[in-house]
Amino acid sequence: MTRLRVVRAGVLSTVQDLGRAGWAHLGVPRSGALDPGALRLANRLVGNPESAAGLEITLTGCDLRPTRATTVAVVGAEADVWVGDRPGDTGRPLAVPGGTMLRIGPARRGLRCWLAVAGGIAVDPVLGSRSTDTLSGLGPAPLRDGDLLPLGAPTAPPAPVDVTVPAAHPAQLDLAVRLGPRHDWFTPAALDLLFGTAYQVSPVSNRVGARLTGAPLPRAVAGELPSEGLVLGAVQVPADGQPLIFLADHPVTGGYPVIAVVDDVTPLAQARPGTTVRFHGPQR
Amino acid sequence: MRIRPVGAHALLLDFTASPAEPAHLRSAGLAAAPQPAAEVAALVEAWRAELWRRRDRGDLVATEIVPAAATVLLDGVPDPVATADRIAGWTPPSPATTAPADADLTEVPVTYDGEDLPRVAEHWRTDVPGVLRQLRQTEFRVAFCGFAPGFGYLTGLPAELAVPRLPTPRTRVPAGSVALAGPYAGIYPTASPGGWLLVGRTALTLFNPHAHPPALLTPGLRVRLAAA
Repeated sequence: MTRLRVVRAGVLSTVQDLGRAGWAHLGVPRSGALDPGALRLANRLVGNPESAAGLEITLTGCDLRPTRATTVAVVGAEADVWVGDRPGDTGRPLAVPGGTMLRIGPARRGLRCWLAVAGGIAVDPVLGSRSTDTLSGLGPAPLRDGDLLPLGAPTAPPAPVDVTVPAAHPAQLDLAVRLGPRHDWFTPAALDLLFGTAYQVSPVSNRVGARLTGAPLPRAVAGELPSEGLVLGAVQVPADGQPLIFLADHPVTGGYPVIAVVDDVTPLAQARPGTTVRFHGPQR
Repeated sequence: MRIRPVGAHALLLDFTASPAEPAHLRSAGLAAAPQPAAEVAALVEAWRAELWRRRDRGDLVATEIVPAAATVLLDGVPDPVATADRIAGWTPPSPATTAPADADLTEVPVTYDGEDLPRVAEHWRTDVPGVLRQLRQTEFRVAFCGFAPGFGYLTGLPAELAVPRLPTPRTRVPAGSVALAGPYAGIYPTASPGGWLLVGRTALTLFNPHAHPPALLTPGLRVRLAAA
């Protein structure tokens, strides 16, 4: 069996696939790649099914060495990639000879890369998924230096692709939201602030949620909301009024009102602390 | 029931009686009185069961059906507007016609030696044996799961026995700890920080991702916290 040696794990590298949907009623978060489209593309490039598990690599990059020759693809943040001493490219299949170091450098723009390896990362699935859930602890632990990851058998040849369109990394994100389910817990002024002012991505953001700082959103209704189910992209407003956008590892229920839901959270996967976020929507 | 849209692919069935009354109505005493918690919990459970049944039959498409304290969330719904219209026409059977047999009652053996028993006794204006009698005789139901995989919120205690959480949560509560907070009882599936009042412990495994189902306590299940 081909394996992948983790020589340098980096600050946070995790195994991710498309997550474990269907278990929220038992308190199990969905988890999965923060940008599923990027992981799907990486998988297609190396000839994997889109649902195969890959690695989600945060900010600092990581160094990996396959025990046998394999094909990899890196999609996402702008970063240098080397196969041994030779520079490689993101967004296309790369042949890595057995025993040769694959180095993924720090992200120059954006925050996260997804790495697919032919055959996929073949750690044991938990509830149908190999994803590391940083909230509940389900799935494999985040990678550590020295880990040896099992790889599956490749099922198809790499895609004959020379170049793909790289992701944009805008300094400002314009996120489409739909109001509700609890926008009626906020004052009309709160809705004006949500749609009319800029927020910044806070450094304490993680796979659970993108925390924002900016104008606090004043509540019309005091008191506590009984815990209720949460969806990906829910914009929850805790007691300090600073909105938090839930990402893949979000809890299944929460007790603060959700003012709106973001249609597509994937741009937040690349949003560094300090990135400006503005909201707009069909209602405003 | 009020059906609230949640983003592009989800719906929230809300059973709270007076959702977000404007403050001037509430202060003037014009807002509707809140519905008793037990009635809301019964509605949540009836709808949870009905929605699961309809999904099994193919009447409803939803990736997740998530009950909570006063709501049921449907996520992964292909056409939420049309689905909301159809749900508005449904009526769940009343609990009386679907009363389960005693065989469906899950017994959880509990060793009642929790360090917060005296504190609970104080809140309940009884003594520790009085707390144990109440907990052993109550028929609980798993209202919903949350907080951690396999953590079930158990309803069934009378509303007046609700207890506050610890002012400062413990940094580590052992797995299997049986505890109370607000109107709920719960059992910690894994060791974690926690602010619930500890009344005992069980040796049962609450969550095992390789078991079917992975959680011992699933929504709707009737539970007795029997003496071990």
